[in-house]
Amino acid sequence: MAVELYLDLLSQPCRSVLIFAKKNNIPHEVKQVSLMDGEQHREDFGKVSLIRKVPALQDGDFCLAESPAILLYLARKFKTPDHWYPADLQQCARIDEYLSWQHCAIRLHGSKVFWLKLMIPEVLHVEVPKEKMDAAVEELNGSLKLLEEKFLQDRPFIAGDHISLADLVAIVEVMQPVAAGLDVFGGRPKLSAWRDRVQAAIGKELFDEVHQTVMGSQERVKVMDGSKLEFSKAKILKFFM
Amino acid sequence: MELYLDLHSQPCRSVFLFAKAVGIPFEFKLVELSAGHQYSEEFGKINIMRKVPVMKDGSFVLTESVAILKYMLQKHSSSVADHWYPADLQQRACVNEYLSWQHMNLRAQGSKVFLLRALFPVIMGSEVPKEKMDAAVQDLNQSLQMLEDKFLQNKPFIVGDKISLADLVAIVEIMQPVATGLDLFEGRPKLTTWRERVKKAIGEKLFAEAHEVIMKVGSLPQKMENNSNLELLKPKFQKLFS
Repeated sequence: MAVELYLDLLSQPCRSVLIFAKKNNIPHEVKQVSLMDGEQHREDFGKVSLIRKVPALQDGDFCLAESPAILLYLARKFKTPDHWYPADLQQCARIDEYLSWQHCAIRLHGSKVFWLKLMIPEVLHVEVPKEKMDAAVEELNGSLKLLEEKFLQDRPFIAGDHISLADLVAIVEVMQPVAAGLDVFGGRPKLSAWRDRVQAAIGKELFDEVHQTVMGSQERVKVMDGSKLEFSKAKILKFFM
Repeated sequence: MELYLDLHSQPCRSVFLFAKAVGIPFEFKLVELSAGHQYSEEFGKINIMRKVPVMKDGSFVLTESVAILKYMLQKHSSSVADHWYPADLQQRACVNEYLSWQHMNLRAQGSKVFLLRALFPVIMGSEVPKEKMDAAVQDLNQSLQMLEDKFLQNKPFIVGDKISLADLVAIVEIMQPVATGLDLFEGRPKLTTWRERVKKAIGEKLFAEAHEVIMKVGSLPQKMENNSNLELLKPKFQKLFS
């Protein structure tokens, strides 16, 4: 029986879940939840996830939120290849370490740059002060530096020789500010080489397919109806500005 | 095994409590945050990110409390009861769901309220603006509501009948703003009875021991003011408070 995945591919954690499901041939059905249209506030979605965020999974009667939890659940249930979340104690710990750290680091900083650089000025039509933008980019730079110097070091992937859930979760977050037009990889040969390895391990075609929506953001905002986001405007500004 | 800790820090408390509760031997290495020990050259060699907790098992160094908890659990799996991180697929997923959600919710908001109430005046030299404090407390209340409505519901613990890593991580985070004198349990009978269950499952004495320093947080501003590292710490906090 196919698991139901409630996704919006503008969202980074939705992309890691979909790539993982597709790469491992996990039977799944994608249920679109358009964040820009506020569909996460629909009554039926509330029954899947009270947290009202994507991604969310429904497997029979079992509902689950939070991408790290979903990824670990799918890996275990469908017995995916060991390298995604190795049985080896130390390798597994390295992945857990990354999955924990990234929430308040790369995920937060990359999201902030995406909203401050693109969505807030272009869709909400609110001016973002230069100091705020500069500070956000500086924070992201700090996180990227740690990704390179602490989590990668001289290893091909975060946990060693093979791609794991850590690299998957990392790459989708790094792509978010890229989609807003920030040149994240320029001047970062180590990060670029890691990105190439990750894309090759996932499959470039699959990677590009899943990133198509978000990579079209700069074009889409030109024709987007910003009024749909009005209801979230105060919350968004409070969080990011 | 060495654990680098300051029990003022919530994730340090969950790591400390777990190791003690299940009987995992460790050497306690104090990293006094209010004295700026995390900025020492020595500690920088242990953890480039200069945060606690850190675990050192032989030459293997690990940061992030959630990772440390899972590592200790796996390493000592033969002597640690299943309920801490159940083998059952769905129960385990529910633990992971909480451990993921809490970073940017209860942990973030509880920490913010704590820092505003305990440290803002000594760092910024003025009282916290009312709107700022009210907004922070409101966000924290929303997270507590989610903890009750979604994670606990009508269960004794987050993942059913017994305590797990989820409850442990949750309780230490709630205790942070509570330590500043904010009674978050008032008007929340469900949360109160859950707290009592958690304390009992951990051991009341052990729980009190782990929370001894944070409950004396009133003396923290004075400790910091007398500290030569205060000027070094100020800019880092100012960024948080702006």
